[in-house]
Amino acid sequence: MASLQSLDVVARSATTTPTPQVRNAVPQVAKLIDESKCIGCKACQVACMNWNDLRDEVGQNIGVYDNPADLTPSSWTVMRFFEVEPEEGKLEWLIRKDGCMHCEDPGCLKACPSPGAIVKYANGIVDFISENCIGCGYCVKGCPFNVPRISAKDNKAYKCTLCSDRVGVGLEPACVKTCPTGAIGFGTKPDMVAYAQKRVGELKERGFQNAGLYNPEGVGGTHVMYVLKHADRPELEGLPANPTISPLVALWKGVAKPLALAGMIGAVLAGFFHYMKVGPVEEKADSDEKADA
Amino acid sequence: MSKLIRRYSDGERLNHWALAIFFFLAGLSGLAFFHPSLFFFSHLFGGGAWARILHPFLGVLMVLSFLGLFFRLWKDNLFDERDREWRRNAGRMLRGDKAGMPPVGKYNAGQKTVFWVMVLSLLVLLVTGFMFWRPWFAPYFTIGVMRVAVLLHSIAAVVLVLTVIVHIYAAIWVKGTVRAMTRGTVSETWARQNHPLWHREVTQGK
Repeated sequence: MASLQSLDVVARSATTTPTPQVRNAVPQVAKLIDESKCIGCKACQVACMNWNDLRDEVGQNIGVYDNPADLTPSSWTVMRFFEVEPEEGKLEWLIRKDGCMHCEDPGCLKACPSPGAIVKYANGIVDFISENCIGCGYCVKGCPFNVPRISAKDNKAYKCTLCSDRVGVGLEPACVKTCPTGAIGFGTKPDMVAYAQKRVGELKERGFQNAGLYNPEGVGGTHVMYVLKHADRPELEGLPANPTISPLVALWKGVAKPLALAGMIGAVLAGFFHYMKVGPVEEKADSDEKADA
Repeated sequence: MSKLIRRYSDGERLNHWALAIFFFLAGLSGLAFFHPSLFFFSHLFGGGAWARILHPFLGVLMVLSFLGLFFRLWKDNLFDERDREWRRNAGRMLRGDKAGMPPVGKYNAGQKTVFWVMVLSLLVLLVTGFMFWRPWFAPYFTIGVMRVAVLLHSIAAVVLVLTVIVHIYAAIWVKGTVRAMTRGTVSETWARQNHPLWHREVTQGK
């Protein structure tokens, strides 16, 4: 969706010149998901379908609450349920609303080869501009959170837009609007960080010593953050402890690009100037005798 | 005008030019995804999505046409002791001192190196290319494997492009070479001068 104005685009895939920088007073937004308040009702999944007019295929129940079992091109958020024992003999049921994390340094955008198919807005939202998507799947390799899904119908990549269309006109995302327990909050990023710190303090008082905010620095922080009861072990809920853009992707879409381009142009230039300096190897009729000997 | 000697058969030449065409098509469509400044190449193929769809097919056709040449030429490209001597003197050749080079057969060590680097890079391109060929083959590979594959694919592609630049330049630089691939024949002078052992071999008993 291209729902915000071009003036709001601060980063654009496969683009080497600056995007418009004139609008610089836009506050950074963030969604805060407080897992300690989540009851796993999936109202957020329904609200997402409803607002974005998505109707996933009714799939198979795989014997657990997760339904659909994974993110799909038309299910941009899913509740994931984890039965874990953080301490021996203490069973806990953790529920995490999964979806795009809206990284400050988005790996999908770094990997994308199509100009303007992935953009980051001034407010921090990372959006796929479907009309520019070529279906290569590079965003899937770039994402540290395994979020983008490519549709088999149209070969376009899809993910949560953080309701960029709603946020652009001053509304909160649909999932936030609908959450019946207030587990999903939305506001400016500093406000959400401050609110999260308060919640973390409350959880610690209630005995969750390792409660904390998940706002991973490796990707520059995220515009979707979690309050986790066990922030020391995010892997318990399928979250990477230290997400970064893979060094392979960083090399491929980082230093390798200009180096290789310079190498290829350099090789052509080297050939040209070699020819001009040394000159061609001519066929010399007078060497016939010598070579024959 | 000296006598003409056959260097490549009709089949070899047609095979070579099919390979050249597929190399340029696969190369241009692939470079479009490699660097933003080269994305405009995708317009030659009908836009980004079409370039993405066509690129793997063009790549496979390139590898298949190379396979034809590989079976025709691999024996002539095996290295032997004489190549070491030639490589020691490669610097003199680049400075234009052709006369000081040791005698070579059908291919010199530089040409053989080009051949085997092409074999290797095409093999890497083929194998890694399948690993992230959407939509058919990519689903069988994990994201971690595909990240390695895209990096190796890019490196192999750049190596191949550089090798082809060397290959084309050598053909332009050494006069009388291009007609070997356009007409199939070279002059006797060219053969004596550049590939004396091959010249002796093909003219023996004539």
